[in-house]
Amino acid sequence: MDVQTKSKQSYLNQPTERISGAEAVIRCLIAEGADTIYGYPGGAIMPVYDELFKYQDQIHHVLTRHEQGATHAAQGFARISGRVGVAIATSGPGATNLITGIADAQIDSTPMVCITGQVPSHLLGSDAFQETDIVGISTPVTKWNHQITTAEEIPEVIAKAFYIARSGRPGPVLIDITKDAQFGELDFTYKKCEGIRSYKPIPKVNPVQLSAAAELINNAKKPLIVWGQGVILGEAEDEFKDVVEKSGVPAAWTIMGVSAIPTAHPLNVGMVGMHGNYGPNVLTNECDVLIAIGMRFDDRVTGKLSEYATQAKVIHFEIDPAEIDKNVKTDVAVLGNAKESLAQILPLLKKNTHTEWLKKFEDLSKIEFEKVIKNDLHPTKEGLTMGEVVKEINAQSKGEAAIVSDVGQHQMIACRYAEFSTSRGNITSGGLGTMGFALPAAIGAKMATPEREVVAVIGDGGYQMTIQELGTIFQTKAAVKIVVLNNDFLGMVRQWQQLFFDKRYASTVMTNPDFVTIAKGYHIEAKRVTKREELATAVEEMMTSKKAYFLEVCVEKEDNVFPMVPSGASVSEIRLE
Amino acid sequence: METELKQFTVSVYAENNVGLLNRISAIFQKRHINIESMNISVSEIEGVSRFIILVNMTEVNVKKIIGQIEKQIEVIKAFYHTDEETIYLESCMFKIKSDLLFEERQIQNIIKESDARIVTVNREFFVLEKSGRRHEIELLHRELSAFGIMQFVRSGRISITKDQMKITELLTEFKN
Repeated sequence: MDVQTKSKQSYLNQPTERISGAEAVIRCLIAEGADTIYGYPGGAIMPVYDELFKYQDQIHHVLTRHEQGATHAAQGFARISGRVGVAIATSGPGATNLITGIADAQIDSTPMVCITGQVPSHLLGSDAFQETDIVGISTPVTKWNHQITTAEEIPEVIAKAFYIARSGRPGPVLIDITKDAQFGELDFTYKKCEGIRSYKPIPKVNPVQLSAAAELINNAKKPLIVWGQGVILGEAEDEFKDVVEKSGVPAAWTIMGVSAIPTAHPLNVGMVGMHGNYGPNVLTNECDVLIAIGMRFDDRVTGKLSEYATQAKVIHFEIDPAEIDKNVKTDVAVLGNAKESLAQILPLLKKNTHTEWLKKFEDLSKIEFEKVIKNDLHPTKEGLTMGEVVKEINAQSKGEAAIVSDVGQHQMIACRYAEFSTSRGNITSGGLGTMGFALPAAIGAKMATPEREVVAVIGDGGYQMTIQELGTIFQTKAAVKIVVLNNDFLGMVRQWQQLFFDKRYASTVMTNPDFVTIAKGYHIEAKRVTKREELATAVEEMMTSKKAYFLEVCVEKEDNVFPMVPSGASVSEIRLE
Repeated sequence: METELKQFTVSVYAENNVGLLNRISAIFQKRHINIESMNISVSEIEGVSRFIILVNMTEVNVKKIIGQIEKQIEVIKAFYHTDEETIYLESCMFKIKSDLLFEERQIQNIIKESDARIVTVNREFFVLEKSGRRHEIELLHRELSAFGIMQFVRSGRISITKDQMKITELLTEFKN
């Protein structure tokens, strides 16, 4: 362990206490404010669990039914609250089961600390029982990771782990602790980490770049903002709203950024990307200045890069210098935390309106409504649509609920149609596209914000990837609302098979179990809806329930999600049918 | 221009911590880039390691890689340079039968002309060391091959930049 960290007071001035490494782990978690953690015990982490037993009045450890569930729950916890999520597992398979959640947190910039047990240090490298090189395995998908082999290292490393996970562009950190380090003793004292010499979490805002950006925005005739999760992670919602309103620039969102300003805001022009709204996609290739804020130009957002906004000057507000010019060449890069840079640019912006330009979005929105939205939300055909289910949730939620979605068709529908009035409302696996994310993430989200309604919207495929977490819901009584939109297909893959593989439905048909019976087996109130006339009442019953509730909605089997930018096509080639 | 592969020297100043090599090499692996050579050593600053990584890439991509290396927590700073911007060399060793040294006069000439140095000689073999540019080493290798080489090894490139590397300033900034 290097000693290049900084904290306000010296360790030497602190009173110390002789405790075990395992107890030190718990004391560090408490010191970092981690009151709810997720995990699964096993051989190499048993000393830590033994201490958890002693500290159970201070730390609520949630036993998930799989380590993957622990990471997603920790992610849900972090995404809704902005706090660092914590997941804990044993060595070997316990540790490898964390990897999907860690990779998900890495690509979606979610602050998370994972703690794994490891075989005793004298057995390292000997292929001992349940030994795996989790530090090696997790390296490419962690913001930082470290193996602890002596008890003395524990406080400093864990302090560093939390600091790294939450600072700058957040991300997952994994700390692997050998069993002998857990059993060993140390003189315990805890100091929060306040700096690492090789790590600059937040670049300074450069006033030259800032005024160059302001000038471009002030002179733009057809400017477009595309914002991402950076606005939420930077807690810059107010500053962002001020910038949008003063500049009068239409603002579109990525699925990671949605809810930073309310859906109903007059300048909110909808979603960009593969299944985004018609207007912002088409007009991306017509705007004269593209203002990207806290987003990273994912290929699902840009479509064909060589035909993405080539006519526009691009301004990129970004905390991570490695994102500048990574995918889209920027004309002006404003590095820094969105909260600071947006606050600083506000006085440089002219009060403006772009009425005619905004009308273009409205016109395209009307076309999209006629061709797509009307049929999704107000269907006249017999089968239920995913969109009308989301519409019913909106009617009950009034934008207050957090919608936790999984991956696939239902996710795109949920992101497109869910209405938000409160930030941190949309929790979804954006970058990694992890099926199985939603159910455990919803548990974490509900526990972090018990006062907020949390509705998991999941497809029948993804639901069965982590369905065992119903056990966690049953045991903890987490009042999560679960909506499974069941089309008996892996719907998004089926849609691609239909459109691009001549309807060869290879392995996308799902023969599903009786989901209601399964939920009831876990003593969770459950209902199935197959008809439109039952839907509103069922959703209302679910939303007003004080307890966990499972609602299966059998939707049309072969509905497609439109609009769609076909893979490899330009955003302006978006298809409405 | 965008697709032209060029040879770049990537220099990384970093903390000397377990696992960092893995973390840095993973960034190249992620983009399916083969590392031509790598050398890790202490640097001019105490406790700070210096990686010298030789790669063939487009300039556009090497810039992106530098960003992704620099964002690693334990990396202090990363740079990339073209050959023209650096002073560089490699080092190599040959193990050759001692008999040849006496039997083949030509070998002595080769050693002299190539600026190679005899490290050790015993009854069975002698060891020759040479530092220089890749083509000089390759030339020596070709010439000696004719007589038979028992063992050969060549180091990764090491290089020094013509420009200043402002690492100390960065570290002082942290202390304040």
